[in-house]
Amino acid sequence: MDLGIAFGRVAFVMLFVLNVGGLLTWVERKQSAIMQDRIGANRASIFGLRLMGLFHPLADAIKMLTKEDFRPARADRFLFTLAPFVSVFFALAAFASIPFGDTLHLAGREIPLQAITLNVGILYVFAMLSLGVYGVMMAGWSSANNFALLGGQRAAALMISAEIAIGASIMGVIMVYGSLNMQDIVRGQGEPLLPRVFGAWIPAWGILTQPLAFLLFLTAGIAATKRIPFDMPEGESEIIGYFIEYSGMKFGMFAMADFLESVVIAGMTTALFLGGWQVPYLTAGGFQFPWGWTLGLPHLLVVLLQVSAFVLKVSAMIFVLMLIRWTLPRFRYDQAMRLGWLGLFPLSIANIVVTGLILLVGRS
Amino acid sequence: MALAAFLLIAAVALVSALGLILKRNAVHGALFLVVNLGSIAALYLMLGAEFLAAAQVIIYAGAIMVLFVFAIMVLIPGKEETGPDPRRSYRLLAAPLGALLLFELAVALAARRGAPGAATAPAGSVEAIGRLLFTDFLFPFELTSVLLLAAMVGVLLLARRRA
Amino acid sequence: MIPEAYYLALSAVLFTIGVVGVVIRRNPLVIFMSIELALNAANLALVAFGQRHGSPEGQVLVFFVMAVAAAEVAVGLAIIVAIFRLRQRLSVDDLSLMRW
Repeated sequence: MDLGIAFGRVAFVMLFVLNVGGLLTWVERKQSAIMQDRIGANRASIFGLRLMGLFHPLADAIKMLTKEDFRPARADRFLFTLAPFVSVFFALAAFASIPFGDTLHLAGREIPLQAITLNVGILYVFAMLSLGVYGVMMAGWSSANNFALLGGQRAAALMISAEIAIGASIMGVIMVYGSLNMQDIVRGQGEPLLPRVFGAWIPAWGILTQPLAFLLFLTAGIAATKRIPFDMPEGESEIIGYFIEYSGMKFGMFAMADFLESVVIAGMTTALFLGGWQVPYLTAGGFQFPWGWTLGLPHLLVVLLQVSAFVLKVSAMIFVLMLIRWTLPRFRYDQAMRLGWLGLFPLSIANIVVTGLILLVGRS
Repeated sequence: MALAAFLLIAAVALVSALGLILKRNAVHGALFLVVNLGSIAALYLMLGAEFLAAAQVIIYAGAIMVLFVFAIMVLIPGKEETGPDPRRSYRLLAAPLGALLLFELAVALAARRGAPGAATAPAGSVEAIGRLLFTDFLFPFELTSVLLLAAMVGVLLLARRRA
Repeated sequence: MIPEAYYLALSAVLFTIGVVGVVIRRNPLVIFMSIELALNAANLALVAFGQRHGSPEGQVLVFFVMAVAAAEVAVGLAIIVAIFRLRQRLSVDDLSLMRW
């Protein structure tokens, strides 16, 4: 039974991430269309039912599955096939330690609403993100194409530069909430912020306690997942990327890995900076407003509200990521490197120092 | 159950280590080493060292090996491993010497003293490690930062092109 | 509970494989990687011993070994790349400027 519950948690997370990743192709098209004052893709239909173009991800999947699966003659056979799987695997696995709800008490059991509960949950996400570099490098090298190799090296250099900035900017959040366990950080965001000043009015969300870290993490996260404005590895219209020799479903898997990593970054930002599954003023027993009202709610409803809050926040973050994607032009390679090493990284270190000082002064 | 998991992970570690030293293609060998480092991280998890397992994956498999694979892809090895081997007689000594080394290590480890049996509860929490790092091991900790700075300066100097 | 003898046996075998790899390979990058393998085997033994004594000192030592290994790999790879740029060939047998 315990095994079934663990399997259920993992299945929930995987299905959530995979479905949102699949929907993201539709979101990207529709959101870009709305931003650019056009209609977007809406022709795919089943039995005449168009549904605002929601069948287009399905049509895309069918198209990719039925394309010829081509492999260059001199390509390294094993690595060429393995590379897209590695990319997708580590992008999926990264979401595992992000909590999507408080502990569920059901039929005498305590079910933690995380796929895996690790005391070092944040480090686990970083580990999976840093292993995702191998998919890109293997793709570039095994294609037996010099331009693909250069594209793979560009992508790998960008990803490892951004990872350092991600790690350093998270340090401030870890110092404030005092734990590497993501569930503890999300719980800590339910506490009131500066209770002697604001009473119980403002919850201590990460974006309020660490605003600079939020901006740095968002920028570094977009860089690490190679989204626009940092997509010079792929370039799409200017420069050849690392998946130039891939076709059909393997290419589809690289695109899928791209979207899955976007979901991971949105999930991490939500969990660390936007309060995760916390609804303001909602505690385990129900609502407790700071002006004195209380509203008792059954436990299952509270958990449902919290999970819905998490999904809503992740969707909002994905909306913001798409907004940034369709607004900004892309960085040049040296501009992106300069930003990563000379901009994000020193600012993260300064953030750590300032946070440390404030915590030291505040506790004494 | 734990024994089965340990045997599986140990088998993966051994096979990937053999793959590293036996494969001609350096990139394949590097990827075998990544698998090996991942299996050692899994063994750290079984030993209760969670922080170390995550650090192993992030630092070793995620940064150091990426650097290795980068270098291998850049240097595109040529024929140095497939030509005639002028030192073949020395290299053939590797197998008996390796067996001798293994025998010595087995003897040394079998003769160790100390408290027998399994360990107490693993105290590998991040807080315990951090406390040790800042109290008993403060000097090596600060020295490591200087070492990393020296390494960075050295690498930047060595990698500069004489324009 | 896995007896620590198993971990030590695995560590010894991995160390031997690393040393044999240093001897039989000619590509300096693969030799370097075999050295890293031997380092990891030693790390495994350290963590196993640390767990046996119940203190996190073994893990702290491994932490330092990892940091030093990172620095060493960076400098070593820079040296190898510099040599390759100079000689256009990568075989340790050629890298013998000394007399014997």
